[in-house]
Amino acid sequence: MSTLDEPLIQTAAPLQVGPQGGRPEVRYLLLRSRTFLVGVSILLFWIGCAVVGERLTPHDPFSTGEKVLAHPDATNWFGTDKIGRDVFARVIAGARDILIVAPLATILGTVLGTLIGLVVGYYRGVVDDVISRVIDAILALPLIIFAVTVAVALGTSQVTIIVLIGVVFTPLIARTVRATVLSERELDYVQAAKLRGERGPYIMFVEILPNVMAPILVEFTVRLGYAIFAVASLSFIGYGLQPPSPDWAVQVYEHYSVVSFAWWTVLFPSLSIASLVVAVNLIADGITQVLES
Amino acid sequence: MLAQLLPGDIGRAILGPLADQASVDQLNHELGVDRPWYEQYWSWITAALQGDLGTSYALQQPVATIVGHALWNSFKLAAVAFLIVVPLGIAGGVISALRYGRLSDRVISVGGISATVVPEFVSGIVLILVLTIWLHVLPLSADAGPGASALSQVHHLILPALPLVFVLFGYIARMARAGTIEALDSDYTRTATLKGLSQAVVIRRHVLRNALLPTISVIATQVGYLIGGLVVIETLFNYQGIGLLILNAARAKDFPLLAGGILVIGCVYLVVTLVADLLYGVLNPRIRYAAE
Repeated sequence: MSTLDEPLIQTAAPLQVGPQGGRPEVRYLLLRSRTFLVGVSILLFWIGCAVVGERLTPHDPFSTGEKVLAHPDATNWFGTDKIGRDVFARVIAGARDILIVAPLATILGTVLGTLIGLVVGYYRGVVDDVISRVIDAILALPLIIFAVTVAVALGTSQVTIIVLIGVVFTPLIARTVRATVLSERELDYVQAAKLRGERGPYIMFVEILPNVMAPILVEFTVRLGYAIFAVASLSFIGYGLQPPSPDWAVQVYEHYSVVSFAWWTVLFPSLSIASLVVAVNLIADGITQVLES
Repeated sequence: MLAQLLPGDIGRAILGPLADQASVDQLNHELGVDRPWYEQYWSWITAALQGDLGTSYALQQPVATIVGHALWNSFKLAAVAFLIVVPLGIAGGVISALRYGRLSDRVISVGGISATVVPEFVSGIVLILVLTIWLHVLPLSADAGPGASALSQVHHLILPALPLVFVLFGYIARMARAGTIEALDSDYTRTATLKGLSQAVVIRRHVLRNALLPTISVIATQVGYLIGGLVVIETLFNYQGIGLLILNAARAKDFPLLAGGILVIGCVYLVVTLVADLLYGVLNPRIRYAAE
């Protein structure tokens, strides 16, 4: 099947069954969506930087030098920061930490949220009411303020940030999954499974889950964008990733006080963050449009 | 209150690492933080209900005064942001809907989404560089200084408000666009067009009124987000609002101030949500008549 796959895409045969058994027209439409492709290209670029990182850059992102806050020139393309580190090397290496922390937090939130959403949507009842109240409470207290309070108590290790954001995302994702499960559970195939005498867990995970994967995927990409937003914001106020990490937000945190005479120390990391979040959201937008069409 | 349970020696945080243990213990006793947490929480909550939020450890002033002052500063900043973004977002959404599927629709939609997802400090840094340092259009300091005129204060607040505008624009425009598309599709719009009203009148009288309802509710739900955004913006511009106050209180382990700040934010959120619900009822005759 996979050998047939490539020519099929090029000759525009949208209704063939793909190797994953999913809807191949989705993949076909995604590959034609300019929004999606631009997003994927930028994301792949930053993933490449995160993997290869300082092995390719002419300077080491951590070694300090004599030249402090030097203008961009032929040796230091993006200039140097306030303790003489090469900004270009740090921008390239800065992709790594956020691309570890944000996806892990999102995966944690998506897995937990899907579990809770399936159970709550399938069984409904008291649990349903409790979850709704928890969501209201979480929406009332801004993530940043919640995170600062927790960070004061538990410190700011990467694990803390991942768990914190994952936990905050869990009820939000659970709400989306719940809504889809509510309409899904009334469909004939669920009734059929019930009549066959299947147990609840089997119906939830084997029957319903594959059918609600599309909204979960959309939710995952959208949340990934929020996770990057949240990690970056926390790092900027000093409660996220910590120095000496070359993380972009940490660079801005360390240098925003010198913005008026050393623009290169903050502009390049800022543009990098912007390109990454916009890329992830273009991907989410592309997927949403294709799935809704 | 989570804040009361947080570890960390408060007396040590105030007196510094060089103070001897006896005076740290003495201060902890005076502040009452050596009592069990439930006792502290009870005395805090009973006093708070009577309007007494206690005294800040670090600043030695009543929490209510400090929080009130910071809240007013944040309110000014948020007001400037809303004054800019609400008309802009609604206009963007309506234009986008009227040109559904065309290039300008895509540009506004994708631009709106992109502006929404960029963290405030990122757009803030770029705006500072472009508008203040390179073009000298707006002042860098968010605070106009004591005794400044209202106009000058607004002038100083535009730059810090813009990143908030960016983030909120996408949400508001998206809701206004969806509302307008739905209204344009409806039977009453078709009737209005068929009875010969000009397009401008149809849009003003029939489309806009209905399109704006969901927009108002989304504006209210953004208040929770907005407070989070204020923490970041007030840090970036070193503006003495409620966000920076909570952040500094957390850093200094100044628990009465932290608890007071968070309590006030919760209250603000409740009040704004209530006002939005009431406003929604006033604007929407279906809800108004249903209640009578």
